[in-house]
Amino acid sequence: MAKRILAVDDSKTMRDMVSFTLKKAGFEVAEAEDGKAALNVLGGGKFDLIITDLNMPNMDGISLIKNVRSGSSHRAVPILILTTESDGTKKADGKAAGATGWLVKPFSPDKLIELIQRVCP
Amino acid sequence: MQPENQSVGTLGQGNLDGVSVGEHTQQFITFTLGNEEYGIDIMVVREIKGWTDTTMIPNAPAHVRGVINLRGVIVPIFDLRARFGVGLTVPTSMHVVIIVAAGSRTVGLLVDTVSDIISVDPKAIRPVPEMGLPTEDQYLEGLVAIEERMVTLVSLAGLFGMATAKRSFAPDMATTKAA
Amino acid sequence: MMSEGEAYPLEQFRKTYFEECAELLDVLQANLELLAAGAGSEETLHAIFRAVHSIKGGAGAFGFSSLVAFSHVFESLLDALREQKVDATPDVTQLLLRASDALADIVNAARSERALPIDFASDILTGMEEALAGASGATAAASATSGIEPVAAHAAVKGERSYRVVFTPHTEMLQKANEPLLLVRQLRKLGGLTVDVDMSRLPAFEVLEPEAAYLSWTFVLETGAPQSAIHEVFEFVEDDCDLLIEPLQQAAEAVSAAPTANATEAAPAVAAAAEPSATVAPTPSQSIRVDVDKVDRLVNLVGELVITQAMLTEQGSLLPVDQYPAMIQGIEALAQSARELQESVMAIRAQPVKSVFARMPRVVRDLAATLGKEVKIVTSGEMTEIDKTVIEQLNDPLTHMIRNALDHGIESPDDRVAAGKPRQGTIHLSAAQRSGRIVIEVSDDGRGLNREKVLAKARDRGLVAPGVNPSEEEIDNLIFLPAFSTADVVSNISGRGVGMDVVKRNVQALGGRISVQSRFGAGSRFTMSLPLTLAVVDGMVVSVGKETFIVPLTAIIESLRPQPADINPVVGRGDVLALRGEYLPLTYLHSSFAIESAVTDPCQGIVIIVQTEGAGRIGVVVDELLGQQQVVVKSLEANYDAVDGISGATILGNGRVALILDVARLREIGDKPGMRMTKPARETTSEVREDMNHAA
Repeated sequence: MAKRILAVDDSKTMRDMVSFTLKKAGFEVAEAEDGKAALNVLGGGKFDLIITDLNMPNMDGISLIKNVRSGSSHRAVPILILTTESDGTKKADGKAAGATGWLVKPFSPDKLIELIQRVCP
Repeated sequence: MQPENQSVGTLGQGNLDGVSVGEHTQQFITFTLGNEEYGIDIMVVREIKGWTDTTMIPNAPAHVRGVINLRGVIVPIFDLRARFGVGLTVPTSMHVVIIVAAGSRTVGLLVDTVSDIISVDPKAIRPVPEMGLPTEDQYLEGLVAIEERMVTLVSLAGLFGMATAKRSFAPDMATTKAA
Repeated sequence: MMSEGEAYPLEQFRKTYFEECAELLDVLQANLELLAAGAGSEETLHAIFRAVHSIKGGAGAFGFSSLVAFSHVFESLLDALREQKVDATPDVTQLLLRASDALADIVNAARSERALPIDFASDILTGMEEALAGASGATAAASATSGIEPVAAHAAVKGERSYRVVFTPHTEMLQKANEPLLLVRQLRKLGGLTVDVDMSRLPAFEVLEPEAAYLSWTFVLETGAPQSAIHEVFEFVEDDCDLLIEPLQQAAEAVSAAPTANATEAAPAVAAAAEPSATVAPTPSQSIRVDVDKVDRLVNLVGELVITQAMLTEQGSLLPVDQYPAMIQGIEALAQSARELQESVMAIRAQPVKSVFARMPRVVRDLAATLGKEVKIVTSGEMTEIDKTVIEQLNDPLTHMIRNALDHGIESPDDRVAAGKPRQGTIHLSAAQRSGRIVIEVSDDGRGLNREKVLAKARDRGLVAPGVNPSEEEIDNLIFLPAFSTADVVSNISGRGVGMDVVKRNVQALGGRISVQSRFGAGSRFTMSLPLTLAVVDGMVVSVGKETFIVPLTAIIESLRPQPADINPVVGRGDVLALRGEYLPLTYLHSSFAIESAVTDPCQGIVIIVQTEGAGRIGVVVDELLGQQQVVVKSLEANYDAVDGISGATILGNGRVALILDVARLREIGDKPGMRMTKPARETTSEVREDMNHAA
C-alpha cells in the first residue's frame, strides 16, 4: 500500500509542487493550507508522514507540530518542516517542537524523495 | 489550426470503417450553388442543418445573412452565393447551412444543397485556371473531376482571410465586388 | 491516485505561482496600509511576513534570483520587526511600502520575463539593509545566503576511508519520530558497514519504557564519501543524540573534535509564534480555487437554462390554466429556481473591489511624490462585491480618476494652507451597493472645478451653443466630452494622453455611468455607477420592423409616444423632439440600421429617451415596446466581429437571437448620412470603418 503523506503549506504553488513530486513517486498525498486544516485532515485518517511549512496563517507549523506530538493519533509520525530559513533558528524551533527533519526551500524533487526515505520507514 | 494539416494527419492513418481511403486522400463534402458543385474539407465541417430565419446584423455586408442561435452560441451565417459574387440566395426551408470551424470561430455557410462526400487524391487536384479573377478570389483551392463532374474545392482559410493571419471578417468581406 | 511518466509541469506551477503572487501582493499591500495607518496588530506583521516569505519561497523554486535576493532582504527586515529588533517607525513603514511596490514590480518583471535595471530598487535595498544593520547583531543578516543551502563540500577524497561512528540516541530523538534503523540504512548506502549494538543500558522488561531510548550503536563505515556525508545522515538528530564520528586512522585527533555536534545550533525553545489571536487582519475565508473558465462555463450553462425556462414560460402562458395546472405550477417553480440558481452562479464570480482599491494608495504615493503634494487616500467599502470581469476593467478608469484628482484637484501644500485647508489633501475612495448597482466614488478636498473656465472653454469649442445657459451640473459634466481635451484647463490629465472622455468611455463599456459634482474651492466628487455583472442585463425588448432589439434599462431615461406638434425638422440636423422645453435630436433606428417595413412616423411608434456619449440625451425611434426582460449577454465577437451600435447579443424565449443596443454610440451612427438606406449596405460598412479610423 502506498504511503500516505500530508503536505501542509499556505502557498498553493508549494503544495502543488510537493504534491506532484510525491504522487509521481508513488505516494498518496493529501493537502492542507494551514495548521488547523492539517489537524482536521489528520483527524480523518492515518498518515505516514507530514510535511509542513512553518509560516502559515491560523496555525503555524510550530503549533501544528506541537499539536501533533501532544496528540495521540499521529504523535509517532515523522514530520518534515519546509523552510526557506537557512540561519538555523527556524530549524531549531521546529526541532524543539518535535520536527523529525527539515528541508530547505527551494528543493529539487530528488532531494525531497531522498529525505522522505531517510525519515519514513 | 490549419484545416488542411488536420485532414492529412487524421485520414493518413488508414482505413475508416472499411471505406477505402487511400494513403493520402482527403475527404470533401460537396454542395451546390445553382448548377455549380463545390467541395469543402470534411474536417472543418461541424454539422449540417436546414435554413432557419436569422437575426440581421445592422450594416453588415450583403453576404452576411445575420446570426442564429446554435445551442446557445451566436453563429453568423454567410451566403456563399453572395460571397462568390453571383447574387443573393433567397433561402427556403429546403436550403442548407453547413456549420464549419473557421479557425477559432464557428460560422455557417448558406448553400443550396449538400450532395456527397468524396475522397480526393491531392495529386488529382488541379489548379484553378487563371481567368483574370481578382486576387480576393483565392478562396478557390482547386478543381477536381469526379465521374464527369467538375467540383471546385473551397478553401475556408481563403474565404475568411485566415491565410493572412488574424483578420476580421468585415474588412475582408467588404472588398468583395458586388455582382 | 498516482500519476506516472508526466513531465514536471513547471509552466503550470509557474502560472499558479504568479496567480498566488498577485494575491499575496494584495495581502501584503492591505496589511502594510494597516500598519502604516497605525491600525496593525501582531497578526498584521505576521501576515506581511508570510506574504513576502511565500513569494520568496516560490521564487527560489523557479530560479528568479533577483526576486529571491530582494525578498530575502525584505523578509529579514520583516523578521527583525516581528522580533522587535527593529521598530515600526513611520520611516520604516514608508520603506516597507516602497519595498512592497518594488517587490510587485520585480514579480511583474519575472512574470513577463523582463529584465529590470541592475540598480533597480537599490536605494530601497540599501535602506532595508541599513535598517537591519541598526538592529541587534543576532538578526538574520541580509548578507546571509539567499535561502540556498550551502553546497556540501565535496572535497575530492581519493579512495575509501574508515570511520568509526558512535551513536547514542536520546529519548527525544525517538519522540520526534526519528528512526535509528533508517539511519543505519542511510549509512549503509555510503559504503560497507559493520554494526555493533550496545544493549547494556537496556533495563529489565518490567521497567522498560517502550518509548525511551536505551541502545547505543557503534558503526565502522568504509566509504569513499567525505566525512560531511556521514554528518549529513545524522543532520536531523544531532541535537538529540550523542554522536561521535572519527576517521579510524586518526582516532586521536578525532576524539578532541568529538563533541562538535551540539555546538552548532543553540536552540532558543521559544516558538516564533504561538496561536495567533483573532484580529482585524484579513483572514482567508474557507475557499477553493476554481479555474475562471469553469465558472464561465457554468455561467453560460445557467444562461442556457434561463433561456429555456423563458421559452417554457412563454409557451406555458399559451396553455389553458384549468387544463394544465400542474404544468403551469411547475413552470413557475422552475422560473424561481432558475433565477436563484443564476444569482448564485453570478455570486461566484463576484469579488470584493478591495483588489483594485488596494492598488490605489501606490498611485497616490507615486504621483504625490512626483508632484510635490501631500495627499492621503482614505478608502471605504472595499468588501463590496462586483463581477470579476468588471473588477478587472475597473483599474484603468479608477487610476485615471485618482490621478486626475491628485493632478488637478488637490492643491500644493502652500496653496492649501493659504486657502485655510490642511497641508495634506485627502482623496476618498468608496464603494457601496445601491439598488442593484455598485456605486464607486472618488472625491477630493481640492480646488474643485472652475465652472467659468469650463464653460468658456466649451463655448470656445462650440460644445455649448451661444445663448444656451447650461445648469451647473451640466457644466461640470462637460469635462467628459471628447472635444474637451485641452492641455491648459481644469480636469484633464495633461501630458498623459488621457482625458476624462476616455474614463467615461471605459466606464460606459462596462455598462456604467459617470458623473461629477463639484464646488469651486472645496473639491470634486466623481461618481461611477456600475452593473453588478456584465453577464446579465435588464433590458427593454423593442421591435423595429421584423427585428427585435434589447435596450439596456439603465440607458433608458423614459419612453413616450410624441404628438405631431412635438416633432420638428431642423435643417441639417434631422428631426428634433420638443420635450418639456428641451429639444432632443431623434435617431431613427430603422434608418440607422437599414431595416425595412418599420414605423417611420415617431407619432405612430415610440421614442425612447436615452443618454448618449457626446451628444447628450437623444430620442431613439422604434416601432413598439414588447416588454422588460432580463437577458443573458452573449458575445457577438466570438464568431463574428464587433458591430458599431451593438454591444452584444442574447437569445430570446423563442430561441431567436436579439441584438443588444449600444445606445451610447447610436447618435454617432445616426449622424452619418451614409448610413441611410440610400447606399448599398456593404459600401457603408467600409465607409464607417474608415470614419472610425479617422476618429481614432
